[in-house]
Amino acid sequence: MGMTIAEKIIALAAGVEEVKAGDIHTVTLDRMMSNDGTTHLTVDMYHTKLKNPRIADPKKMVFIVDHNVPSDSPKTAAAQKKMRDFARENEIDFWEGKGVCHQIMMEHYVCPGELIFGADSHTCTYGALGAFGTGVGCTDLLYGMVTGTSWVLVPETIKFNLTGKLPRGVYPRDLMLTIIGQIGASGASYQVMEFCGDGAGTLSVDDRMVLCNLAVEAGAKTAIFEADQTALDWLAARGRKPKAVFKSDEDAVYVKEYTFDLGKIQPVVARPDFVDDVVLAKEVVGTRIDEAFLGSCNNGRIDDLRVGASILKGRKVSDHVRFLVVPASQEVYLAALEEGLIRVFMDSGAIVMNPNCSVCWGSCQGVIGENEVLISTGTRNFKGRAGHPSSKVYLGSAATVAASAVKGEICTEDLL
Amino acid sequence: MEQFTGKVWVLGDDIDTDIIIPTEYLALKTIEDMKKYGFSPLRPELASMIREGDMIVAGKNFGCGSSREQAPEVIKALGVRCVIAKSFARIFFRNSINNGLLLIEQPDLRDHVEEGEEISVAVNSHITYKGRQYPIASLPENLVEILNAGGLVKAMRARNGLDRRKENGTDGH
Repeated sequence: MGMTIAEKIIALAAGVEEVKAGDIHTVTLDRMMSNDGTTHLTVDMYHTKLKNPRIADPKKMVFIVDHNVPSDSPKTAAAQKKMRDFARENEIDFWEGKGVCHQIMMEHYVCPGELIFGADSHTCTYGALGAFGTGVGCTDLLYGMVTGTSWVLVPETIKFNLTGKLPRGVYPRDLMLTIIGQIGASGASYQVMEFCGDGAGTLSVDDRMVLCNLAVEAGAKTAIFEADQTALDWLAARGRKPKAVFKSDEDAVYVKEYTFDLGKIQPVVARPDFVDDVVLAKEVVGTRIDEAFLGSCNNGRIDDLRVGASILKGRKVSDHVRFLVVPASQEVYLAALEEGLIRVFMDSGAIVMNPNCSVCWGSCQGVIGENEVLISTGTRNFKGRAGHPSSKVYLGSAATVAASAVKGEICTEDLL
Repeated sequence: MEQFTGKVWVLGDDIDTDIIIPTEYLALKTIEDMKKYGFSPLRPELASMIREGDMIVAGKNFGCGSSREQAPEVIKALGVRCVIAKSFARIFFRNSINNGLLLIEQPDLRDHVEEGEEISVAVNSHITYKGRQYPIASLPENLVEILNAGGLVKAMRARNGLDRRKENGTDGH
């Protein structure tokens, strides 16, 4: 029986010829990532719950401080110190302030064919390069760190056949929110979302990251693209080689199939408090906002900053709006600086911050107050996610967020 | 077969991890400190009303959102015996099992049960409410092993003999 890309990656990691959905396998993990959201808990458990523990392979571990950068309280400083000291003592790769964890992982580590656990739900991003990345908690991470292995239930795969090309002024973010709106917040629960078809081939690796990153908002275990020439060129330019390049077999089993014509996608917005409450952006145009956020592991890359800057150029941020621009990594930040985008943002009145998770997770920066409204390129809009429980978060593309920042109310690029 | 009876608190669909424990309280030092803020964005009074042995009954996609393990830990610390939902988000599901919090999938109970009522649970068999039985599936064996050990760390200690390695002189590191 044929296998999907995800099944082939699990089979390789489990050292078996074939796996099928529903099987439980013990796998050897290729990499593990942990950030300052929970690493201090993993370290505590390592020291207090285990006698004579050891790390199976420190070279497979990556620790990244990105959730509270720079630290905003003695408590977070202490948690980060614990993480920093542990990384140094155990010779674990350690990053601090260099970018959001998934962006760092994509820029420096992820390779096609790898099976990667990350103690962060958006680890599914790595499917953009044909890797199987999935989010776990700190106990699973601890188990993986100590044993080098874990168990996985082989997920079913849903095929998303993408056709055509996104129209001008419509972005991968609009596409993925449209997909989540259609299938729902649990539409891919425990499953893999595999993106394929000629439309998938038109998307850059950065575009693919947007799609894969949000897969967890549909409940998915991960999302994946085939590592085609676009992905392999991207990887080669960074001096890395694939572990394995897999295609799904002709007779692979899919639990469901959807087709999306990219040419028909329009700008959309997810309304508070659910990522799957997706409507055409024009339906909420005119909603007054207090803050706008351009950043996050979903939408803080150079393409997004280019889109935002093209809209801000020669315009001013509305005087009742704080507009936070947060590049996803220092690499992105430097590129934006060299292209003159940072100047455009500052001239318009935006606040440009250091790379980090920022308001997307409602701590450290840009937290919103009672009844305030945020439009965001972040990953989630749950109740109270960005601050006070009564505050509201709308999710839109970089273009919609930038246009709204100028207008002071939700607005699309074409209406400015 | 394990059986228990308790009072239920009824919640809706898509109860996310930011509702279970909001970001701003994650910096608190212990789960005990965090637990009084459990479910606070949705029902600020709920955490103080939950008693040891109570159960939560919810709709679909319970625990969606972040991988924060404080979510199942807070629910456990509140004394909740188990969470029964139409479905669970997968990271939350793993985290709960890994922390020894029992989760049960049941598609129909949520739409029939009233908050404050009592239900009886026969693990891996059925739930009884007002004389009607609601069937529940059995958990896979490897998960039962983790739950019975009281969580993944304890299961790991038991299974891999990590505690013994150095004492036996077999630790090559």
